[in-house]
Amino acid sequence: MTQNLLPLFIIIPLAAAFLNSLIGKRIKGFPDVVSAVATFALAFISVYSVFLLKESGTLVYKVGGWAPPIGISMVMDGLTVFMLVTLNLIAFLISMYSVNYMEKYTDKWIFYSLFLLVIGGMNGVVISGDMFNMYVFLEIAAIASYALVAFGTEQEELEAAFKYAVMGTVASSFILLGIVFLYSFTSTLNMADMAMQLTGKGASGIVRLAGVFFLMGFGLKSALVPFHAWLPDAHPSAPAPISAMLSGILIKSLGVYAIIRIFFSVLGASAGILNMLMILGGLSMIMGVCLALGQWDFKRLLAYHSISQIGYVVLGIGLGTPLGILGGLFHLFNHSLFKSLLFLNSGAVEYATGTRDLRKMGGLKGKMPVTANTSLVASMSIAGIPPFNGFWSKLIIIVACIQSYHFIYAALAVIGSILTLSSFMKVQRYGFFGESKGKANVKEVPFFMKLSMILLALVCLSAGLLLLPLFYDYFLKPASDAVLAGRGYLVDVLGAI
Amino acid sequence: MSVYFLCLVLFCIGLYCILRKRNLIKIIIGIAIVEYAVNLFFILVGYRMNGRVPIYSPDQTIRDMVDPLPQALVLTSIVIGLAVTALIAAIAMRVYEKYGTFDITKIKKLKG
Repeated sequence: MTQNLLPLFIIIPLAAAFLNSLIGKRIKGFPDVVSAVATFALAFISVYSVFLLKESGTLVYKVGGWAPPIGISMVMDGLTVFMLVTLNLIAFLISMYSVNYMEKYTDKWIFYSLFLLVIGGMNGVVISGDMFNMYVFLEIAAIASYALVAFGTEQEELEAAFKYAVMGTVASSFILLGIVFLYSFTSTLNMADMAMQLTGKGASGIVRLAGVFFLMGFGLKSALVPFHAWLPDAHPSAPAPISAMLSGILIKSLGVYAIIRIFFSVLGASAGILNMLMILGGLSMIMGVCLALGQWDFKRLLAYHSISQIGYVVLGIGLGTPLGILGGLFHLFNHSLFKSLLFLNSGAVEYATGTRDLRKMGGLKGKMPVTANTSLVASMSIAGIPPFNGFWSKLIIIVACIQSYHFIYAALAVIGSILTLSSFMKVQRYGFFGESKGKANVKEVPFFMKLSMILLALVCLSAGLLLLPLFYDYFLKPASDAVLAGRGYLVDVLGAI
Repeated sequence: MSVYFLCLVLFCIGLYCILRKRNLIKIIIGIAIVEYAVNLFFILVGYRMNGRVPIYSPDQTIRDMVDPLPQALVLTSIVIGLAVTALIAAIAMRVYEKYGTFDITKIKKLKG
């Protein structure tokens, strides 16, 4: 009965959020403990499920005991496990960081409740095997994240939250519209069953129309370039742990994962869709980094880099070759590590000095050694300096571009990487090296913030090892196989019932 | 057919309202209109002219039944819409407290 593990990914965060909002207000320190325990349990189960998957193949949980075409199902295949590990690992480290960081805000229990709701929503999106169920979880995560962006309730936060909420709602409407069209065409909502019906019926204008709606909706959620306007406002305005979560994992689970799942597993990736993804990816890659170059606000700069790095992921996926998909997925994992780390660094700097403006920092290396060194690791990872993880995934993407004769995209990827390097040299130069300009009595941040930053930096350093055959078979290979299988998803799922 | 077309018109009115209006409250109304249009369309997909109530009993054959699934899903979707509207309205109220205006052209502390 190993598939009974699947609902835990949704039950644990939702139950913890409920407990938190029920008694978190009365008992001091309770919210910290509950959310740390819950996220640790999630991280543990997701790592355990990596081995489980290797042993027993795709798992399907039937909610309420109803067989899939009628009932809702939860599916755990290679891609799902890959996303679950990424999500819950980062979520645990962020939760640990928030213990100290959120001291300066009131109502910590509300923060933790919303935080756990977002995690529950993201896990739900990733694990759901049903279209409408996926939409519901997507909305849970999205609504909680609107509230978290507005958490500071200052002028900037509220403005950013309003913008984010309006654009997010429009995106959700388009996604729902796409689901309606697919439902009217196939009369089913289960993804595997839908894939089967679509295979039987062949191509149609309605499927293409639904595809366009999904591309708009999920493109907006994952902030690809024509739809990116909300991200540079929303991500920096949130408290630092939330920025790390939004940039690190939310845009990936709600955006990129959903794009992969729907376009590859359900609709079946056609050449047109792949081309579209590559164009969007290439555009985001260059536009994001160009816009980042002129920024002086630390967090805003990082937000623009998120757009650029998501471009790499989508470009890799859009290539459609085994190597390209591997590179895209590996970059997704790496980006969630180093971007969360960078946002946590920016939070630490803001915590200690009270500013986000790079021109007012300087000389922090001596005063905040842990923050400075971990941010150096993260900067080198994102820029793609050899021993760090970002290098390997970018290398794979560029090699995959060349292998499939897309020389222009390969060149764009290299240019984007160089511009990223220059941008992060600026961060290091103004922020951590050089002379001190700001407050004199800057101290290093408290223990839990340091601990989570150090752990993330260590994972950044060692993530390149995942490409070794020993780990590759467990983690990356099942994920890229699941994407490559395309509509083979339905064989997997129906076989596992 | 014309019903579907009217649905599309409603959707476009909502989108126009979100894109062109400068007042926060009017934008919220636009969001509500877009949601209604999608919900209405979903109901229409499952609707059947002169259809029967979808109640199954053993002595009846299934014939001319309205599809009940979209109705169940739209209920969920309406609840989600309510949550979104409530949250955005709350944010708009706080924006008004801080800025003293509902005009989005005057609310622009963020740029770049």
